[in-house]
Amino acid sequence: MTKRTNLSKASPWISAAVLFLLWEGIVRLFHIPVYVLPTPSASLEAAWQYRDAIWMHATHTLYTTLFGFAIAVAFGVVLGALVGSSKAIYIAANPLLVGFNSVPKVALVPVFVMWFGIGTVPAIITAFIISFFPIVVNVATGLATLEPELRDVLRSLGATRTDILFKVGFPRALPYFFASLKVAVTLAFVGSVISETVASNVGVGYLMLAASSKFNMPLVFAGLLVIAVMGIVMYEFFNIIERRSTKWANRANPDG
Amino acid sequence: MSNSFVELSNVRLRYSEGDDLALDTTDMKIRKGEFVAVVGPSGCGKSSLLKLVSGLMPPSDGTVIVDGHEVAGPLKIVGMAFQNPTLLPWRTTLDNVLLPLEIVKPHRNRLRQHKAEYVARAKALLATVGLAGYEDKFPWELSGGMQQRASLCRALIHEPDLLMLDEPFAALDAFTREELWDILQNLWMVRPFTVMLVTHDLREAAYLADTVYVMSKRPGRILVARDNTLPRPRDQETTFTQPFIDLVHELRSHIRDVRAA
Repeated sequence: MTKRTNLSKASPWISAAVLFLLWEGIVRLFHIPVYVLPTPSASLEAAWQYRDAIWMHATHTLYTTLFGFAIAVAFGVVLGALVGSSKAIYIAANPLLVGFNSVPKVALVPVFVMWFGIGTVPAIITAFIISFFPIVVNVATGLATLEPELRDVLRSLGATRTDILFKVGFPRALPYFFASLKVAVTLAFVGSVISETVASNVGVGYLMLAASSKFNMPLVFAGLLVIAVMGIVMYEFFNIIERRSTKWANRANPDG
Repeated sequence: MSNSFVELSNVRLRYSEGDDLALDTTDMKIRKGEFVAVVGPSGCGKSSLLKLVSGLMPPSDGTVIVDGHEVAGPLKIVGMAFQNPTLLPWRTTLDNVLLPLEIVKPHRNRLRQHKAEYVARAKALLATVGLAGYEDKFPWELSGGMQQRASLCRALIHEPDLLMLDEPFAALDAFTREELWDILQNLWMVRPFTVMLVTHDLREAAYLADTVYVMSKRPGRILVARDNTLPRPRDQETTFTQPFIDLVHELRSHIRDVRAA
């Protein structure tokens, strides 16, 4: 372990600390009122003060997010496999997918509320809807960019489409898939929190909305921090899985 | 001729309706076990010829007959290797070589129960190309020449009747390339299979082939079929003999004419 790797391991913590210090300093220096922007120390204090409520709402948001995310993974892999392995399906489905992805998901929440009522279900669906697109695109890309020579080698051995998909397509798409999971899981948080903010009585989104209506800005920011931390943890989780399962794709920097 | 293994008659090819011809009236007869090289300027449809014979592409006109049957879809008895080794980076060298056995019948159904037998066979083949001890390395841990050797093994492990080589040695340095010529010649002399080799390298064609076909500019046509009766096995010394030098000269002048035309 050299000094350089120690430093690079510590650097995320250092940059976070610097950000918090800057934030704290600016708020104090310019006497920004707490109902506009609370200091990070006040936010952390609020987080500690309301820890029971935050814990309850945060675990709820986490479950909601992961549930929606799990549906997105299943749906995204199947749709990505279809789109990526057939040119006809790609041509037919691509404009629809792009159009669908361009619709602001927050605009859909009221629709889901009309269909499913207020609460967890619209949050799960919003998390799913917002996060499946990158999975579809990445899985499809991984499958569609198969080298034509390799396809020829396999076809001239009598390989079926399924053979090609399982022997080459899926293993080859794996790094793309994991890369998309990292992005998708953070998007899923965005989806569930949006929905909780608009239409729920539980979850971090609701907690923040309730707090802001009471001008409890430190608690609002405590909620934001909790969401950020959950996002980072999930991102890192999938990052580690990615590196373990697709070492061959990261060979340029074996310890990176 | 009834003893030809591959026979092309009046074959023409356009990639899609209304396109210019990629391949103009082409006739070819290849004996079983013959080593054929195809040389010609870039873009003359040499690679398309391989795809036609292996059934990956249907001809626009004419017929392609392999082993007595007209080719109607991808043949299942073909081994292929390209300039790019196209090994799978998540598989070890050994597992890469075993890949065709997971696909070709009857091996795919026997592989699981007779794994040891097949692994031994793959290891033996790897040893003949000088890759003993590299079985558990991943492709990206091998040099370009080693990857190409493994790619050759993958093309041959299922003992195909027909080997298609599309400039397999073009990306290698001169020494490695000539080493691989010998390896390929040895493999072929031990168990003769029919080879179609597409190449830009006239020395390579003269070194390896029984017959060298020279193709015209696009639309490709076969201009010359030159028999090459230099004794086998050919080695480094052969390349310094007068008949070899004359043959390369002759091929070179054909290519010069083609390019000038």
